[in-house]
Amino acid sequence: MTDKAAEKRKEQLSYALGFGYALLLTVPLFASVAFDWLDRSTLLWITGVAAILQIVVHFRFFLHIRLKGQTKEDLQLILFTTLVIGVMGLGTIWVIFNLMSRM
Amino acid sequence: MSDLWSLVFGRLTLDALPVLEIIHATNGRELASGIVGTTAAGLAVLGALYLVYALTKYHLWGPLWRDWLTSVDHKKIGIMYVVLALVMLARALAEAFVMRTQQALGDGGGGLVSNEHFAQLFSTHGTIMIFFMAMPFLTGLINYVMPLQIGSRDVAFPTMNSVSLGFTAAGAVLLMISLVLQPFSTGGWTGYPPFTEAAFNPGPGPDYWIWAVTLSGIGTTLSGINFVVTIYKFRCDGMKLMDMPLFCWTSLCTSILMIFALPPLTVATGLLALDRYLGFHMFTNDGGGNMMNFANLFWLFGHPEVYILILPAFGVYSEVFSTFSSKTLYGYTALVIATMCIAVLSFTVWVHHFFTMGQSANLNAIFGIATMLIGIPTGVKIYDWMLTMYRGRVRMAVPMVYAVAFLILFTIGGLSGILLANPSLDYVMHNTLFLVAHFHNMLIPGLLFGMLAGYTLWFPKAFGFILDPKWGYRAAYLWIAGFVFAFFPLYGLGILGMPRRMAEYFNGAWFPLTLVALLGAVMIIAAFACLCIQLYVSIKNREALAVPMGDPWDSRTLEWAVPAPAPEWNFPATPEVEGRDAFATLKEGGYDLRAPDDGYHDIEMPRNSALGPVLMVGSTAMAFGLVWYMWWLAALGAMVCFAATVACGFRRNTHRIVKAEDVKAEWEAFCALADTTPRIPRSLEQTTQNMGHASPASEEITS
Amino acid sequence: MSTTRHPGLNLGPHHGEADDTAEVEVFGFWVFMMSDAIIFGLLMATYVVMSGNLNGGPGPRELFELRPVFIETMLLLFSSLTFGFAQIGMKYHPHPARMIIWLLVSVALALIFVGMEVNDFITMAGKGGIPQASGFLSSFYALVPLHGIHVTAACIWALAILGQIAVYGLDDEVKTGMLRLGILWHFLDIVWIGIFSIVYIGGLA
Repeated sequence: MTDKAAEKRKEQLSYALGFGYALLLTVPLFASVAFDWLDRSTLLWITGVAAILQIVVHFRFFLHIRLKGQTKEDLQLILFTTLVIGVMGLGTIWVIFNLMSRM
Repeated sequence: MSDLWSLVFGRLTLDALPVLEIIHATNGRELASGIVGTTAAGLAVLGALYLVYALTKYHLWGPLWRDWLTSVDHKKIGIMYVVLALVMLARALAEAFVMRTQQALGDGGGGLVSNEHFAQLFSTHGTIMIFFMAMPFLTGLINYVMPLQIGSRDVAFPTMNSVSLGFTAAGAVLLMISLVLQPFSTGGWTGYPPFTEAAFNPGPGPDYWIWAVTLSGIGTTLSGINFVVTIYKFRCDGMKLMDMPLFCWTSLCTSILMIFALPPLTVATGLLALDRYLGFHMFTNDGGGNMMNFANLFWLFGHPEVYILILPAFGVYSEVFSTFSSKTLYGYTALVIATMCIAVLSFTVWVHHFFTMGQSANLNAIFGIATMLIGIPTGVKIYDWMLTMYRGRVRMAVPMVYAVAFLILFTIGGLSGILLANPSLDYVMHNTLFLVAHFHNMLIPGLLFGMLAGYTLWFPKAFGFILDPKWGYRAAYLWIAGFVFAFFPLYGLGILGMPRRMAEYFNGAWFPLTLVALLGAVMIIAAFACLCIQLYVSIKNREALAVPMGDPWDSRTLEWAVPAPAPEWNFPATPEVEGRDAFATLKEGGYDLRAPDDGYHDIEMPRNSALGPVLMVGSTAMAFGLVWYMWWLAALGAMVCFAATVACGFRRNTHRIVKAEDVKAEWEAFCALADTTPRIPRSLEQTTQNMGHASPASEEITS
Repeated sequence: MSTTRHPGLNLGPHHGEADDTAEVEVFGFWVFMMSDAIIFGLLMATYVVMSGNLNGGPGPRELFELRPVFIETMLLLFSSLTFGFAQIGMKYHPHPARMIIWLLVSVALALIFVGMEVNDFITMAGKGGIPQASGFLSSFYALVPLHGIHVTAACIWALAILGQIAVYGLDDEVKTGMLRLGILWHFLDIVWIGIFSIVYIGGLA
C-alpha cells in the first residue's frame, strides 16, 4: 500500500512538473507578443522551439511517454507520425510556395 | 406545393431519373446514351428488387441479419468485403466496356453515349475501381487471412471491423443510388477543383463523389488501425515479427499507409465540401482560394494509396510463389525490407502526379528521382519471386498463372512508370492515354490479378471446396490476353497524342488502336463471365470439389492448419510456433493435426453487434440527404450515427463462451476425418481426388 | 516504473483484467489519434500556405486578440492538469467520487474554453472576419473550429462516461474508456499548442 502511495505521489508530481514547464514555455511567449519585447523573426523562431519543447513536455509528463523502460511501440508510432507530418506538412509548404513564387 | 416538395426532397426532382435523357433526346447518340443509362439504372433496381424478393421467398432475412450483417467474425466480414468488391467490379467493368465502345465509335463525333454521360462513366469507373473494388477486395482478403496466419482468434476490435465494412458499404450504396438518381460527378476519380466547385458544377454530382469517397476513407482508416493493432498485439506465442508470413508483412505496411495516407483525402474532400456547401474559398478561383493545394492534398493521399493497393497483392504473390513451388520464400528478409522501403518512400513522391502544375524544375527533378528510387525495392521483389520458383516443385495452378503473368506484365508497367517519372518526358505524356495504359498496367496485373489469385487460393479455406480449375484457367488466360489487347494499344495511342477522358475525336489515326482496345475489353468481359461460371459450376460440384481437411495446396502457413471452412474460433487452442512457415514445420515433424497440449478450454468470442449495419444505414442517409439538400434526412442520419455510437459505449457483456466440449467434439471429428482421408501428391492437386490432405513434400521428392 | 506493462497512460497491475485489455485499447486509440494528428498537421500547413491570401479582407492583426487566446490556452492547460488528477483518482482510489469531481472540473474548463472560442468567432465575424471573406479566413475556419469541435466531442464523451458510471459503477469498460479519453484530452492540448503558436502568435508577432 505504501508502494501505491509513493507511486501516486510520483505521478502527481509528474503532472505538476509538466504543468510548471508548460507555463514556463507559454507565458513568456504571450508576454513578449503583448509587450513587443522581440522583433518578429526572433519571436517566431523562439515560438517554434518553445512549441516543440512544450509538445515534448506534454508527451513526457501528461501522457507518460518515455524513452526507456517500456515497450517501444507507442514511441515508435509517435516518431513515425512526426516524420509523416514533417514530410507532408513541410512538403505542402515547399510545393505551394514554390508554385506561388513562380506565378 | 413546390415549397413542401423542396422541404421534403430538397433539390431532388424527377429530372434526376435517367429515363429523362431518352425523352429529351434530340439525336441518335443522345437517345442511345439515354437507353444505356436507363438500362444500367434498371438493372440496378431490378437487382435490388430481386435480392429483396429472394431473401423474402427463402426466409433469409433472419439468417442474413444474424449470421452476416451483425456478425463481427473477421472471416465473415472478410467474405462480405470480397462480395462487395465483386459486385462493384461487375458494374465498373460494364462501364469500362461502354467507354471502350464509345472511344472506338467516337471518331468523327459518333458513338453510344453523350459527352456528359461519358464523363460520368470515367468518374464512376475510377472511383469504384479504386475505392469500392480494390480497397474492399484487399481489405476482405486481409480480414479473412491475416488473423489466421498469425494464429489469432479475431482482429483486435471486432465491432469496429464491422463498422469499417458499414462505412465502406455506405459509400458503395451511394454510388449505386447515383446510377438511378443522376448525375454523378463528371470530375474524374480525382475530382479536381475548380471544375468540381459550386461555381462550375452546382449539381449533386461532385457531392455524391465527396461523400462516397469520404465514407470509404473513414472505413479504410478504421480498418488500418484494426489490422495494425492486431498484428502488433495478437500474434500467437513464438511468432516474432520476422517470422510472420509475408502476406502479414504487406498487410502491416498497407495498414500503416491506410492510417497515415487516408487523412489527407479526408482533408481534401472535407475542404472541398466546405467550399461547396458553405461558400469557403479553399480551392476556388476567386476569393483567395488556391486550387493547387487540392492536387497537393489529394496526391498526398493518392500516391501512398497506390501502394496500399499493390502491397497486399505482393503479399498474395509471395504466398502463391512459395506454395506452388513447394519452397520457402527466397529472400524473406529482403522482401520485408523492400516492403518497408516502398511504404516509407511512398510518402515522398506525390508531386510526380502533377509535374506539369508549374513548380520549378529542381523541385520536379527531386521528386522524379525519388520516384525512380521506388523501382529498386520493387525490382528486388521481382527477383526474389523468380528465385523462389527456381528448382522448386512448380505447379502452374490457376493462382500461379496469374502470378507468372504478373511478373512479366508488371515489369513492363514498371518500365513505363520509370519513363513517366522523368519530368521532361512526363510533360509530353501527361494526360494522355499513355498514362492510362501505365496505371492500368500496374493495377490490373499487379493488384487485380493478385486479388484473383488470392481469391482462388483462399476460396477453399473460406467455403470448403476448391474453385473449378478448368473455368479458372479460362478466366485467367482471358484476363491476361484481354488486358494485353485492351491496354497495350493505349500506350501507342498515348504516344500518338490522344488525351485521356475523351468521348469523341477527329483523328482517323487513332481509330484502329481504339478498335483493338475494344476487342481487349470484350475479352475482359468474357473473363469476368468465366469467373461467374466458375463460381456457379464450383458451387454445383461442391461435393466433388470439397477439401474438408483444409490444406489443398500443401501450403506453409497457419491458416491451412485448420479445417475448411475454418471454424468460428479458428484454433482449438492458440498455437505455439517456431520460425517461419509454421505449418510446413509442423507437417515435416508429423504434428500437423493434433489435440492442444494442455487440453481444451472454453473460448471467449465476441457477440454480434448491430452497430456496423446501423452506422451504415445512418451514414448513407446522412450522405444522401447532404447530396440532395434534404437537410432533415441528413440530420436524422447524423443523429442515428451519434446515438448508436453513444449507446454502444453502454454495452456490457460483449462476449459469449464457446464450451470446451463443443470445441473438443468439433476438433476431434476433424482429426478422425484425417485418419480416413487419403493424402494426395501434388500432381493430383487440381483434381476431385484432392480432399485437402497433402502428402508431405519430402515424401514426394524421394518417390 | 517497472510495474507498467505498456507505455503511456495505464492503470497498473492491481486493476487486473482492465489493465490487460487497456494494453490493446490504448495502443489502438493512440494509432487513431496519430491519424487525427495528420489531419491537424495538414490543416496547419494549409493555413500557412493560405495565410497570405487576404483577398483585400481583414488580416490577423485586425481580427485576432491576444488576451482571450491566452486565457483559452490557460484553460486548456489547467484542464489537462485536472484531467490528470481525475486519472490518478481512478487509478489509486476504488471509489469513483474523486475521479468524478476532477472530471467535472475538466469538462467545465473545456466548456468555458469552447464558449470563449465561439465568442472569439462572433467578434471576428463582427469585424468582417467570416470564412467566405478570403482564402486566409477559410483556412482559419477550417482549422480552429475543428479543434473546438474535437474539444466539444471530448466533453460529450466525458459525460457519456459519467453516464456509464451511473449505470455500471467504475467497471473495466469505464476505466479503459477513461484512459482513451485521457489520450484525446492531452492530445487536444497538444494540437492547441500548434494552433496558438502558428495561428495566433504567428499572426500577431
